[in-house]
Amino acid sequence: MEQALPDPERPLKPAALEPLGRSDAGLEAGVGEEAEGSREEGSGTDTMTENNFGLKKIEISVSEAEKRTGRNAMNMQETYTAYLIETRSVEHADGQSVLTDSLWRRYSEFELLRNYLLVYYPHIVVPPLPEKRAEFVWHKLSADNMDPDFVERRRIGLENFLLRVASHPILCRDKIFYLFLTQEGNWKETVNETGFQLKADSRLKALNATFRVKNPDKRFTELKHYSDELQSVISHLLRVRARVADRLYGVYKVHGNYGRVFSEWSAIEKEMGDGLQSAGHHMDVYASSIDDILEDEEHYADQLKEYLFYAEALRAVCRKHELMQYDLEMAAQDLASKKQQCEELATGTVRTFSLKGMTTKLFGQETPEQREARIKVLEEQINEGEQQLKSKNLEGREFVKNAWTDIERFKEQKNRDLKEALISYAVMQISMCKKGIQVWTNAKECFSKM
Amino acid sequence: MEGEHRASQACSSQLPSGGAGGESPGGGAPFAGSSGSSTLLQADVLDLDEDEDDLEVFSKDASLMDMNSFSPMMPTSPLSMINQIKFEDEADLKDLFITVDAPESHVTTIETFITYRIITKTSRGEFDSSEFEVRRRYQDFLWLKGKLEEVHPTLIIPPLPEKFIVKGMVDRFNDDFIETRRKALHKFLNRIADHPTLTFNEDFKIFLTAQAWELSSHKKQGPGLLSRMGQTVRAVASSMRGVKNRPDEFMEMNNFIEIFSQKINLIDKISQRIYKEERDYFDEMKEYGPIHILWSDSEEDLVDTLRGVASCIDKCCKATEKRMSGLSEALLPVVHEYVLYSEMLMGVMKRRDQIQAELDSKVEALTYKKGDTDLLTEEIGKLEDKVECANNALKADWERWKLNMQNDIKSAFTDMAEENIHYYEQCLATWESFLTSQTDLHLGEDSEDKL
Repeated sequence: MEQALPDPERPLKPAALEPLGRSDAGLEAGVGEEAEGSREEGSGTDTMTENNFGLKKIEISVSEAEKRTGRNAMNMQETYTAYLIETRSVEHADGQSVLTDSLWRRYSEFELLRNYLLVYYPHIVVPPLPEKRAEFVWHKLSADNMDPDFVERRRIGLENFLLRVASHPILCRDKIFYLFLTQEGNWKETVNETGFQLKADSRLKALNATFRVKNPDKRFTELKHYSDELQSVISHLLRVRARVADRLYGVYKVHGNYGRVFSEWSAIEKEMGDGLQSAGHHMDVYASSIDDILEDEEHYADQLKEYLFYAEALRAVCRKHELMQYDLEMAAQDLASKKQQCEELATGTVRTFSLKGMTTKLFGQETPEQREARIKVLEEQINEGEQQLKSKNLEGREFVKNAWTDIERFKEQKNRDLKEALISYAVMQISMCKKGIQVWTNAKECFSKM
Repeated sequence: MEGEHRASQACSSQLPSGGAGGESPGGGAPFAGSSGSSTLLQADVLDLDEDEDDLEVFSKDASLMDMNSFSPMMPTSPLSMINQIKFEDEADLKDLFITVDAPESHVTTIETFITYRIITKTSRGEFDSSEFEVRRRYQDFLWLKGKLEEVHPTLIIPPLPEKFIVKGMVDRFNDDFIETRRKALHKFLNRIADHPTLTFNEDFKIFLTAQAWELSSHKKQGPGLLSRMGQTVRAVASSMRGVKNRPDEFMEMNNFIEIFSQKINLIDKISQRIYKEERDYFDEMKEYGPIHILWSDSEEDLVDTLRGVASCIDKCCKATEKRMSGLSEALLPVVHEYVLYSEMLMGVMKRRDQIQAELDSKVEALTYKKGDTDLLTEEIGKLEDKVECANNALKADWERWKLNMQNDIKSAFTDMAEENIHYYEQCLATWESFLTSQTDLHLGEDSEDKL
C-alpha cells in the first residue's frame, strides 16, 4: 500500500510485559505505576513504548486467520475463524527477535479477555475489540463474517487490540493477559476461575446508580456527555461515508461501459478506430481503479470505528464512578440516619419515624436498660459505618484520581490517532486524484488523436 | 419546382465529393453552381470591404456580449458562435448567423405552446435585409424539416430534438426541457446554415424571415397531408425492392449506420447514467462535509484538522458540480444529437432505396414489355438521372457528415476528459494544501515540545 496507515505498520511495535504480573492488579498497582513517568501510547510508527522496568521487550502480531470447524457447547458443528497470535521477544543488544510463543485464538476468547479486563480494571478505558459483525457496509462490501476482506480487516483489528493492551502501562502487567498470549489450552478455565463474572457489577445496579446519584464528579458527567456526542457523530459520519463510497463506486464503474462500446465501435471506424480503442482501455483502467481506492478507505473507516467503540469504554468508566459515588452517598446517608437515631434515643426526642418508635407507642416504653443496649449497638454500627465511609471515600477518591489519569492518557492518544487518521484520509484522496489525473490525461490524448 | 432545379444543379458534382478538405468551400465551388444569383453572392462573399462593414456591425454587438462563453448556452453574439462552429464551413466565409433564444409561453383557448425567438443576421444579397427577428414554434421547425427532406431526399438533414420525451417527463414546459430543446433547435438551424446546399433552400429562407401570417400561407402551398401520406405508403413498399439492388458502397454505408446507431445509443445511455451517478454522488457529498464541522464542536484539539477536512470536502463537492455541468453541456447534447442523426441516416438510406426502386420497377416493366416502350425508355432516362443525382448527393454529404461527426465526437470526448482532469486537479490542490497546513502545524508543535 502506498499510504502508510498506522495499523498495518504496527506489528513490530515492542510492548512492555512483566511475566509474573498479578491477576488482581487493582488500584494499588495503578497508583504505583503511574508515578513512574509518562507513557506515550503512540499509534504511529514514530513513538515507541519504552519499558523502564528493564524487562524484555516483546512484539505481538496476529499474523494469520484460518477457517475451522469444530463442535460447540451444544455439540453442534460450527464454522469459525481462528487467529494465530505470535509473540516475539526482542533482544536488547542486536534488536533481533525470537519467536517465543504462538497460539490460535478465536474471537470469543478475545471477548472473554476483554470482559475480564473490564471487571478488574474499572478505572481504565479498556481498548475495544473490532466489530463482531460488519456494520456501516456500503452495498458492494459483504456483510458476511466469513468474507475474506472482512476477516482480514478483523485480523488487523484484533492485532491492534492486543497492541493497545500491551502498550498500556497498567494492563500490560496483567497475568491473564500474559497467559492469553502464552497458554493455549486451559486458558478459558483459568480466566473463569478468577470468578470475575461474579465480581462484575450488575447492569441493573449500575442503571439505578446512574439515575439516583446526587453528586457525581462533574468531569465524569461531562465525559459521559462527550462520549455520547462522539458516538453519535462518528456513527453519522460512517453512515454517510458508506453512502458516498457507494455513489463513487457507481460513477467509476459506469465508465467501464465506455470501454466495451468504444472497442465495438472502433471496428467500423477507419480514422477514429485506434483512438477509440485505446481511450476505451483507459476507461477500463479508470473503472477498475475504484476497488483499491475503496479498500483503502475501509481501513480509514476502521480507525474511526475503533473510537466509536471507545466511546462505550469511556461510558463504562463513568458508570463505575457513578456506582461508587452512589454507594458512598448511600453509606453516608445510612450513617447520618443512624447517628440521628442514636441522638434521639439519647435525648429522648423522637423526630424521625422508626419502627421502634411505633412499636414503643403501641406496646409501651422500653426500659432504660433496653435503650442503653440499643444505643450501644447503634454506636458500634456508627463506628463501623464511619470506618467504612472513610475507606469508601478513600477508594472513591483513588478511583477518580486513577481513572482521570487514564482518561487524560486516553485523550492524548485519541487526539493523536484521530488526527493521524484524518491526515491519512487526505493522503488517500490525494492518491485518488493523482490516479484520476493520469487516467484522464491518457484518455484525453487518445481522444485528441482520433 | 425551384427546389428540384437546385437539386439537379447541385448534383452536377458541384458538391465537393469526399476526401480531405471536402469540408471547405475554399474555392467557392459549391456556391458557384447553385444559381444565377449566387454567382453574385460569391463575389459578395469574397468582397472584403463589404465583409468588413458587416463585421463591424457584428463586433459592436460582440463587445456587449461575453466573449468568453464557449458554451452554447447563451450564444447571443454571432461572433461568439464562430468558436463553436469549428468544422463546419470556414468562419471567414460565413455569411449567415442565426441564434435561437428567449422562449416564451403562449396561451390560447385551445392550447398552450412555446415559441422561440430566431434572430438572423446576414450579408447575402437574396435576403431583403441584413437582420431578421421572428418567432417560431416547434411545429414550424417540424414543417421546415419535412420540406427539406422532401426537396433533398438523399441529403442528411440535421435532426430535430424529440417531440416530447415520455420517460421521466412530467411537464413539457419544464425549464430544463425548454432549455435543452432551445439549444438543440439552435444547433439545428445552424447546421442547416452551414450545409453547402441546404443553406440556400427557399423554405429555409422563408422560415428565417417571414412574418407569422406569411409563413402560414406559405405552408399551405405545399403538397397536402394526404398526398404526403400516400407517398409514404408507396415508399415503404418500394424501399424493400431498393435494398436488393443497392450498390456496394451503400451497403457499406448502411452497415456502418446500423452499427453506429447501436453504439451511439449505448453511449448516450452510458453518458446519461454517468450524469445521474455523479449527481447522486454530489448529493451525498453535500452532507459529508458538515458532519466534520459538527464533530469539531466537541473536540478542542482537533478543531483545525476537522474543519480543514470539512472545507476540503466542500470544495471537492463544488468541483463535482462543475464537472457535472461540464458534462451536460459538452458531452450529453452532442451524443444525443448523433443518436437522432443515426435515425435520420436510416431515413435517408430508405429514401435513396426508394428512388432506386422507382427506377428498378420501370426497368423491370420495360424488360417484360409492360406498357409503352418509348414512354418507359424516356421515363427510365429521367429516373436514371434522378438516381445518379441522389446517389452523388448522398455520397458527398455522407463524407461531409462523417468528417463532422468525427470532429464533434472527438471534441466532445476531449472536453469531457478535460473536465475530469480539471476536477481532479482542483481536488488535488485542495487536499494538498490541507496536508501542508497540517504537517506545518505538526512541525510547529514538535519544535514547541522540544523547547
